[in-house]
Amino acid sequence: MSSNTVMPVAPAAGSTAASTQPAEASGLAVAAARAAGGAGSREDRARRTGEVILSVENVSLSFGGVRAISDVSFDIRKGEIRAIIGPNGAGKTSMLNVINGFYFPQQGVITFKGEKRREMRPYFAASSGISRTFQNVALFKGMSTLDNMMAGRTLKMQRGILWQALRFGPAVNEEMRHREVVEKLIDFLEIQHIRKVPVGKLPYGLQKRVELGRALAMEPELLLLDEPMAGMNLEEKEDMSRFIITINQHLGTTIALIEHDMGVVMDLSDRVVVLEYGRKIADGTPDQVKADPKVIDAYLGVSH
Amino acid sequence: MLYRETGQFKTTYSADMAMLPLRQDRIALGALLVFAFVGIPLLAHFAVWPFGNEYLLRAILLPFLILSLAAIGVNILIGYCGQISLGSGAFMAIGAYMAYKFGTGMPEIGLPALPVLPSILLGGVCSAIVGVLFGIPSLRIKGLYLAVATLAAQFFFDWLFLRVKWFTNYAPSGSVSAPELNVFGWVVDEPIERYLFCLAFVVFFAFVAKNLVRGAIGRQWMAIRDMDIAAELMGIRPFFAKLSAFAVSSFMVGVAGALWAFVYLGAWEPLAFSIDRSLQLLFMVIIGGLGSILGSFLGAGFILMVPIFLNVVPSELGVPLSTETISHLEFIIFGSLICFLLIKEPHGFARLVSLAKEKLRLWPFPY
Repeated sequence: MSSNTVMPVAPAAGSTAASTQPAEASGLAVAAARAAGGAGSREDRARRTGEVILSVENVSLSFGGVRAISDVSFDIRKGEIRAIIGPNGAGKTSMLNVINGFYFPQQGVITFKGEKRREMRPYFAASSGISRTFQNVALFKGMSTLDNMMAGRTLKMQRGILWQALRFGPAVNEEMRHREVVEKLIDFLEIQHIRKVPVGKLPYGLQKRVELGRALAMEPELLLLDEPMAGMNLEEKEDMSRFIITINQHLGTTIALIEHDMGVVMDLSDRVVVLEYGRKIADGTPDQVKADPKVIDAYLGVSH
Repeated sequence: MLYRETGQFKTTYSADMAMLPLRQDRIALGALLVFAFVGIPLLAHFAVWPFGNEYLLRAILLPFLILSLAAIGVNILIGYCGQISLGSGAFMAIGAYMAYKFGTGMPEIGLPALPVLPSILLGGVCSAIVGVLFGIPSLRIKGLYLAVATLAAQFFFDWLFLRVKWFTNYAPSGSVSAPELNVFGWVVDEPIERYLFCLAFVVFFAFVAKNLVRGAIGRQWMAIRDMDIAAELMGIRPFFAKLSAFAVSSFMVGVAGALWAFVYLGAWEPLAFSIDRSLQLLFMVIIGGLGSILGSFLGAGFILMVPIFLNVVPSELGVPLSTETISHLEFIIFGSLICFLLIKEPHGFARLVSLAKEKLRLWPFPY
């Protein structure tokens, strides 16, 4: 996170509103800069986005007789926002599940940070730097916002069970160190007021935000967002877009995004891959994809 | 008015993440501990009613403490990690019998008789190991199916301790008696001594449990309970999280079993740890509150007190009831109370307490 989004350590639970401003200011500044930059900034970004961080080659996945994904290849470059779009049932979520090791593809190879793999347990995907949010919010409903985000730090916490049992010395220091990181994220996402609230009681929009926070707490290199704006109103979508841009530009996190709102997709993403019935039908910049006749057919239908 | 957090500012995260962030809560807990460790022995010494009565210590406080510890163990597994277990009685039995074996020595493997304290703890360790073994199915099966798998543990160990004579040192009756409770030269014998001995165990392990459930490992347990797929995709290994919950839970239940046998019963047979005990513990955590350490104590207190209450009250009122009627009535009232509670407050007494606290914070001006 850039220096101006990093809060001074918030004076803990009691204070809520006090420390929101800098994060908000920086977020707005980013959005404004982006709006002003227009096409120019996109070219800048094309130069900035680096080598391929993840590549998917000829991946096929089927459940029994149902082919969810057939022979799809694409890549994600470091630092870009890559959108995956397609009509319902096109295999977008299955693709994310393959990437983070929840499904094993029958064919094909996935290369993440230069490591080739066919099968991977979710644990290794998570520890090598892939985190994600879910289409239907998958928070830990009985736990508070803070605990949900602290749970995202699990992989970074080292102290053994005996230290934790006595909650003494190193175990406490570790806990506090991670709390600080989480507090910065809480400030960034502007959810200070719900720190101690069990997430099951929160409205949907806030749950989505907490889930994003939980994924960010893992400090991922590749963040998979599965419909982050589903079911949100315009204002919430704008907030979420702002968060996504800030995460991408200031934290340098690579983002793969599934979204149905075409306005959001075309504005946010650097490159778009389009799936239909498990096949890739287009791949390119938003402008290229928008003009592609196959994509138009897939979305609007074809007359026979 | 008294229960206010106004003016209590926290300036560090450690103060904010303390076990009891509110000063009033800390004072209350401190007072309770002082009363339990100092007050009750003094009152008992000077025979102040009702503490002068040996019955209260021996038949109410002692089982309350030990079963609270067992309930904490069960709550870690069921309430925090979401793995239903019906084998808690078996794990108590393992703790008890293995502590007995360590306490009386195992000449077959050249192990001399150990002192009481290590015996009890090693009993817990054995229980933890077996708990992990029986927890392995939880990696594959969930919910009711897991409950049935743990039920197998219950029946297997009932059988084992009844049939395999090695565990009872070849006692012809199958009944065994605990070795002398000698802790560094302090012979734990009087009811008040037994009470203090158990109290020390329970307080220590209650703090340990509380620390675990609010630390990183506790968050892993709860994550597995609430949404195991998301937890797995975040790098929480179900293998480690579930088995550690089984280990910690079985350890505490095992220690409670050893205390139950050594300190409360003195002499026992396998029947003391039957399926009834498992169900009793299950009711305790459900009624007390799943996922709450305080709830374990409340549940244990409730389950123990209700039968005593039902026994005492009619006779005090002078209602001439036969013993049989009383015991039948006990079942009826007990059963309907549980149904009533589960319908009215499925989250148990612990939830009622937290609701009361929330109300009390605003009292008497609820705005």
